[in-house]
Amino acid sequence: MENLLEVKNLKKYFATQKAVDDISFNIGKGSIFGLLGPNGAGKTTLLRMITGIFYPDEGEIIFNGKKFDPSLDVSAIGYMPEERGLYKKMKIGEQAVYLAQLKGLSRTEATEKIKEWFVKFEMQSWWNKKVEDLSKGMSQKLQFVTTVLHEPHLIILDEPFSGLDPVNANLIKDEIFRLAKKGHTIVFSTHRMEQVEEICDHIILVSKGTKILDGTVSEVKQHFKEDLFRISFEDQIHPEHLAIHLFQVVDKTDKELVIKKTEGFSTNDVLQYFINKGLGIHAFNEILPSLNDIFIRLVESTPTSRQFEKITS
Amino acid sequence: MSKIWIIIQREYLTRVRNKTFLLSTFMLPIVMIIFIFGSTYFAIKSREKQKVAVVNDPGYFKNNLKSDSASVVFAFDPTADSLNYTSKGYDGILYLPQSNATKYELMSNKQFGLEAKGYIEKQLNKAIESNLLQQRGIEKTTLDSISKATDDAVQLDNIIKDKGGKVKQGNAGLAYGVGFGSGILIYITMFIFGAMVMRGVAEEKTNRIAEVIVSSCKPFELMFGKIIGIAGVGLTQFLLWILLIVFLFWGAQFLLPAETLQQVQDAQQAQQNMPGGGNNGMALKLMQAKTTLVEGVNWALIIGCFLFYFLGGYLFYASLFAAIGSVINEDPQEAQSLMLPITMPIIFGFIILTSSLQNPNSPVAVWASIIPFTSPIVMMGRIPFGVPDTVPYWQLILSMISLIAGFLFTTWFAGKVYRTGILMYGKKASWKEMVKWAFRK
Repeated sequence: MENLLEVKNLKKYFATQKAVDDISFNIGKGSIFGLLGPNGAGKTTLLRMITGIFYPDEGEIIFNGKKFDPSLDVSAIGYMPEERGLYKKMKIGEQAVYLAQLKGLSRTEATEKIKEWFVKFEMQSWWNKKVEDLSKGMSQKLQFVTTVLHEPHLIILDEPFSGLDPVNANLIKDEIFRLAKKGHTIVFSTHRMEQVEEICDHIILVSKGTKILDGTVSEVKQHFKEDLFRISFEDQIHPEHLAIHLFQVVDKTDKELVIKKTEGFSTNDVLQYFINKGLGIHAFNEILPSLNDIFIRLVESTPTSRQFEKITS
Repeated sequence: MSKIWIIIQREYLTRVRNKTFLLSTFMLPIVMIIFIFGSTYFAIKSREKQKVAVVNDPGYFKNNLKSDSASVVFAFDPTADSLNYTSKGYDGILYLPQSNATKYELMSNKQFGLEAKGYIEKQLNKAIESNLLQQRGIEKTTLDSISKATDDAVQLDNIIKDKGGKVKQGNAGLAYGVGFGSGILIYITMFIFGAMVMRGVAEEKTNRIAEVIVSSCKPFELMFGKIIGIAGVGLTQFLLWILLIVFLFWGAQFLLPAETLQQVQDAQQAQQNMPGGGNNGMALKLMQAKTTLVEGVNWALIIGCFLFYFLGGYLFYASLFAAIGSVINEDPQEAQSLMLPITMPIIFGFIILTSSLQNPNSPVAVWASIIPFTSPIVMMGRIPFGVPDTVPYWQLILSMISLIAGFLFTTWFAGKVYRTGILMYGKKASWKEMVKWAFRK
C-alpha cells in the first residue's frame, strides 16, 4: 500500500521533557491509523508536528511523496485537536464558513458544502444560532463537520467521541468509515481501546516519547497472545482429565475450561487428547488479548505520571 | 484571498457588528456634547447675582464701586446691619473701614464664589486706587479717561520668528489644546484597543480554538490579523466620532435657543477678564476653538502625524498586549502583573505629555518624543506647536524611524512569544520566560 505520510526519526525536545524522541512510522493511504499512548506520552506533540503547528527539532515528515511543507500542505489536512473549541459569540454558519475559508475554500463553495453536511447531520436549524447555545455534544458534531469539510487527504481526530452520546458517536463512526472508504486517510488518537479495536487498521503505541508498538491490530494481538484457549464440552469434566502436561488450567466451570497451552505442543495435540478421552467438544477457540490488556501491560511498567527531567542537548 | 485577509475581515466585522461597538461609538459623542453644553449652560445659569449691602462708606466708594449686572450688585444702604441684611434681601454685607485699611469684611450666610469674591476685591482696589490718585491732585475726568482706556483687556500676541526670518503668529492656547487633545486620545486608545487585542487573544486561547486555527494558518498570521482588524475598528470609530461631533455641533446651533448662545458668548468675554473661572473654562475654550480655527495651525500635518503616531503607537503596544494575552489563562487577574511593564511607559508618556505642553523643548520632552515607548503620546503634544520651529525635522524623522523600528521589533518579539504561549495551558509565563522563548532558535 502506498504511504500518505511517512514520519522519519522525528524528535522534539522541550526544556524539561523529551516530548518526542526518535519516532518513525508510516501511514498508508486510505487506512485508519490509531495513535495510542498514555497521557503525556507525546501524542499531541507528534500530531502538532504532523499538522505543521510545531517544527520538529530533528527528523523529517514526507507527505504525499514530498517533504512536508506546512504552508502548502495544511489545506490537505483536517485536524480536530483534543483541546478544541469555537468562538462562542459567533454564529454557527458564519463560523463554519470562516474555518473553511482558512482552509482555502471560497465563500460560496464553503457555504454549499456546509449546507450539505448540516442536512446530513440534521443541523439545518443551527445556522444562525451561536455556539454558546449549543450543548457539548452538538458543538462536537459541528467541530467534526468543520474538520472534514474541505475534504482533506489526511484527517486527524484526537478523541473524537468524547462527550458524544452513543447515537451521535455511531453517526461519527459511520462517517469515519465512509470517508476511509472514499480514500481519505484517518489518524485516530484515543485512550478508548475498544474503539480502536473496532475502527483502526493499523496502530502504534507511544510511551514516554518513544514508539513501543507498531503493527496492524491483528498482528499486535497475535504477537501478544498467550496461548490461551476456551473449550466447551458436552459433558461434565472430571478432574482426572486435567492432570496432563499438555496444558495448565486457568479457569474451570462445569462444562467449560480455559487453558494455557504448554509451549512445544500444537492445538491439534490438545484436541486429540480430549477426543481420545471420549469427551464431546462443543467449541474450541483461542483467546486473544484485548488491546486494552496489551496497553495496560505495556504501559504499566512505566510510572503513571511522567517525571520531569533536565534535557541537555 | 490570503488567509491573513480572511482573519482581518473576521476580527473587524465581528467587532463592528457588535452592539457594544455601536453603543460606544454613538453614545460617546452624544454624552460628550451633552456634557459640554450642559456644563456651559449650568455654569451660566448657576452664576447667581449677589446683592451686597455696603455700610460705613467713608465717602469715596459710592462712585467707584461699580455693580456688575451678571454677578455682583452693590447697594449703599446705611440701614442694613449684621442682623437684618438677609431680611432686607441682601446676600452679604460689606463693612468699609474709615481709613485706608487692607482688610475688609464681608459677612454672608453662604460662602461667596471665587468669581464674586474676586470681583469685589478688584472693585475695592480700584476704588482705593482712584481715591489715592484724586488725593494727589489728578482730576476726576482725567482719571475716568485713563481707566476707560485700560478697561479693555490687553491681548498678548506671541510672534514667532523662524530661521528664515519669516514671522508668523503663534497661538499657544490652540497648540496646547490640540496637543493635549491628540495626546490624550492616543493615550486612551492605546489602552482601549491594546486591551481589546489582549482579550481577543486570551479568548481564543481559553476557548481552545487557537489550536484549530493555527492548524490552518501560521500563528503569526492569526496574531497580526487580529491586530490589524482591531486597528481598523479603531479607525472606523475615530471617523464616526469626528463625523458625529461635527454633525452634533452643527445641529446644536439650531437646537439651542438663541438666548443661550448669546449667554455663551458673553461668558466667553467675561472669561477673558476673569481668571479662575473654574471648570467651565474647558468647555468655553472648546466653544472658542470652534469659532477661532486659525490659519496659524497646519491641520494637514497634524492629522497626518496623528494617524501615523496612532497607528505606530498602537502597533508597538498592541503586539505586546497580544503576547500577554497568549500567556495568560482563564484567570484575568494574571494579566495584571504582566501588564505593569507595558502600562508604566504609557502612563509615563502621559505625564511627560502634560509637562511638555508647558515646555515643548525641554530635554525630557525631546527625548521622550523620540523613544518609541513614549513618542506617540509626547510627540503629538509637541507637533501642534510647530514643525520645524518647535520640532525640528531631524527630531520628527528620528522619532518616526525609531517608532517603525520599535514596532517591527515588538511584533517580532510578540510573534515568537505568541507561538509558544497560545498552545501552553497550565501556568502563566513570566516576562523572563517570554524573553527566553523569543530568543531561542
